[in-house]
Amino acid sequence: MNGWTLLLRMALRRDRLLIPSWVAVFVVVSFGSAAATESLYGDPVSLAAAGHAVNATPALVALYGPIYDVTALGAIGMMKMNAMGAALVGLLGLLLVIRHTRADEEVGRTELAASGAVGRHAALAAALGTAALTVVAVGGLSAGALAAAGLPLGGSLTLGAAWAVCGLVFTAVGGVAAQLATSARASRGIAVAALLAAYVLRAVGDTSGPAWLTWASPVGWSQQMRAYAGDRWWPAAFALLAAVAVAAAAVLVEQRRDLGAGVLADRAGPAHGGPTGPLSLAWRLHRLALAGWASGFALLGFLLGSIASSVPQFLEGAPAAAEMIRALGGTDRLIDAFLATELDFTALVAAAFAVSLIVRLAGEEAHGRAEEVLATPTGRIRWALAHLAVALLGSAVLIVLLGTAAGLARALDTGEVSQLLSVAGASLVRIPAAWTMAAVALLLYAASSRAAVYAWAALVGVVVLGEFGPLMRLPDWMQQLSPYRHIPALPGADLEVTPLVVLLAVTAALVAASAVLYRRRDIVTG
Amino acid sequence: MTNAIEIAGLVKTFGSIRALDELDLTVRTGEVHGFLGPNGSGKSTTIRVLLGLLRSNAGSVTLLGGDPWRDATALHRRLAYVPGDVNLWPQLTGGEVIDLLGRLRGGVDPGRRDKLIQKFELDPTKRSRAYSKGNRQKVALVAALASDAELLILDEPTSGLDPLMEELFRECVQEERSRGRTVLLSSHILSEVEALCDRVSIIRNGRTVETGSLTDLRHLTETSVDATLTGPVPDLAGLDLRDLDIEGGRVRCLVPTPALGDLLARLGAAGISSLVSQPPTLEQLFLRHYGDQA
Repeated sequence: MNGWTLLLRMALRRDRLLIPSWVAVFVVVSFGSAAATESLYGDPVSLAAAGHAVNATPALVALYGPIYDVTALGAIGMMKMNAMGAALVGLLGLLLVIRHTRADEEVGRTELAASGAVGRHAALAAALGTAALTVVAVGGLSAGALAAAGLPLGGSLTLGAAWAVCGLVFTAVGGVAAQLATSARASRGIAVAALLAAYVLRAVGDTSGPAWLTWASPVGWSQQMRAYAGDRWWPAAFALLAAVAVAAAAVLVEQRRDLGAGVLADRAGPAHGGPTGPLSLAWRLHRLALAGWASGFALLGFLLGSIASSVPQFLEGAPAAAEMIRALGGTDRLIDAFLATELDFTALVAAAFAVSLIVRLAGEEAHGRAEEVLATPTGRIRWALAHLAVALLGSAVLIVLLGTAAGLARALDTGEVSQLLSVAGASLVRIPAAWTMAAVALLLYAASSRAAVYAWAALVGVVVLGEFGPLMRLPDWMQQLSPYRHIPALPGADLEVTPLVVLLAVTAALVAASAVLYRRRDIVTG
Repeated sequence: MTNAIEIAGLVKTFGSIRALDELDLTVRTGEVHGFLGPNGSGKSTTIRVLLGLLRSNAGSVTLLGGDPWRDATALHRRLAYVPGDVNLWPQLTGGEVIDLLGRLRGGVDPGRRDKLIQKFELDPTKRSRAYSKGNRQKVALVAALASDAELLILDEPTSGLDPLMEELFRECVQEERSRGRTVLLSSHILSEVEALCDRVSIIRNGRTVETGSLTDLRHLTETSVDATLTGPVPDLAGLDLRDLDIEGGRVRCLVPTPALGDLLARLGAAGISSLVSQPPTLEQLFLRHYGDQA
């Protein structure tokens, strides 16, 4: 343990921008949703109606958890932030731990530190400390933001604590995952799988039962603290005990393994074969990520499709919200408007997948792997286009998969097979918008390897324009900047082909401009 | 064509840093050319210009008769490259990477590949992330050596290899030369360059300071002489000796090559009982250019 405080300070210094930005996101979102809650549910009657409607909809309970007090504004308003928020804080904790343990170890930085006067577990302790401080800060500051936005102080503190303890458990889980695999990527996969499993346990426990499954899940413990609906603090004890036990397990495993090794040894692979060209290489590099995203999208699509039928019932009690969705959807048909909004939003997430692949091109370049390919007869344009192809194909697959799963759920719900085609077909019009975002990312990367990360800023900008543009009454030309603004609001609206063709043309023009820029610039390794 | 690589007056700047400052380099077809220089002198930058990854600011560069920037893909069919810091795709096995790089270059000779894998004692079934630096380098070397390229560009290819593998690498390069391939070998391991290279170019701060065969270059430097005389030590003034050390009848010094004959004549006249003379090593040559840097 010797030297761990030094490493802790170093980790905090290294993440002096990253950690505050994450904390800020949680705090701002908390404040925003708490402030919006009051206006959505005006009177106690509509509040209780909405609460009962949620509890009667298994898909919603599975997704967000039940509402324990249908008379409490905070319990209903913060429904989406309860279990979901706790899981997201858990995600933050595990990502931070792995970033400062296995990711460092993989590239040899840990070895350098370990050769100094630091103890065997110093790096792990510092990483756990960094993540623990972060999740506690998220919980504490978010609780403050919730209370400041007008929600009851007691409930706000409970919710903040529920988030923090869930964050602590998955911080420790990240610590164990980092001991298991030899790569940061695989460690993240293991830890995220554990988080998803905990979420699913809770979802099953809350809906079909048996109810004790919820109590087997760390996410369930946070949810059972019942923020704004009784404020129970004792379930936090389970979480704290589990966090300590799991962290101790991580230390024990680290005690028994060599530096650089993992408990799960790398399996030997084929001695020959492998990718046959640039496209096949890009596919090989991204196929696992795509498979993970695809399973998530299929599940989410099915859930959204199942929820859709109960939307009118859910909103009967909340006329203001119904009004808002109608206004945003531009149609009276509430279910269609709901589906259209969700399809738009998930298509943005699919664009994030495409952007992540394009941003990885910059990583391939910085690490010299681009150089190895580009020293062969494969030209730089062909190499970049191969990755773009996987990004475009992947995002399209995700969008269609989600639409099809949602349509399937609707068809099962209503008994009308036409729903399947209608919703799946409606998802198709989102593809050109996602592709435009991928092309924007490509243009940034083509201009300079370092500019590629700004594609994330562009994506966040589009989210902000879409979510807050109408509410903030931003000037129309500004809202028009988002490609998602131009998508016909299917299902339920008329299919307009012109904007889709324009988006595809813009995408093609951006790709062509990328090629021109990319052909001129240096490939910079290191 | 007599020259595989011709570079004249090459300038490459990164912002305000002048990485290459009118560099010249000529590599004749069929020779093994040593490319020497300390860290950060511009060796890798030169190689990246040759590969068409970086665009030159000024000067002329001809690679295999073409323009490395404009004709990159066509020229890359005829060369193979091993980077100094080999980074592989972590999820592919070493064998898969070798095959991938081979296919990208237009095909692999399976027999040759397997022989090289065996020779370098590489386990091709391991995932790349599990390889040490030396093993990653072996993967890139096997892929390059198994190719049919007429030009091999090797950027410090042995920096991660153990002495046994280094010896093996030397054998392989000699074999390549006997097949008529051209090799540009960037290195700062002088014994390696001495053992392998027909000609060398030495660069410093992005500029070529010496170029020629090792014999040519040795003329530029000093021979060490250690002689024990039977008679009194003669007058050695005017010979421009360095580190002159006279101890009784023993004379030790460094003599510039042009004055060597004169020195031996004077010592001979005094009567020599024993004489040890060593030709200048590349090390001395190197230090002559870099020693005054500090």
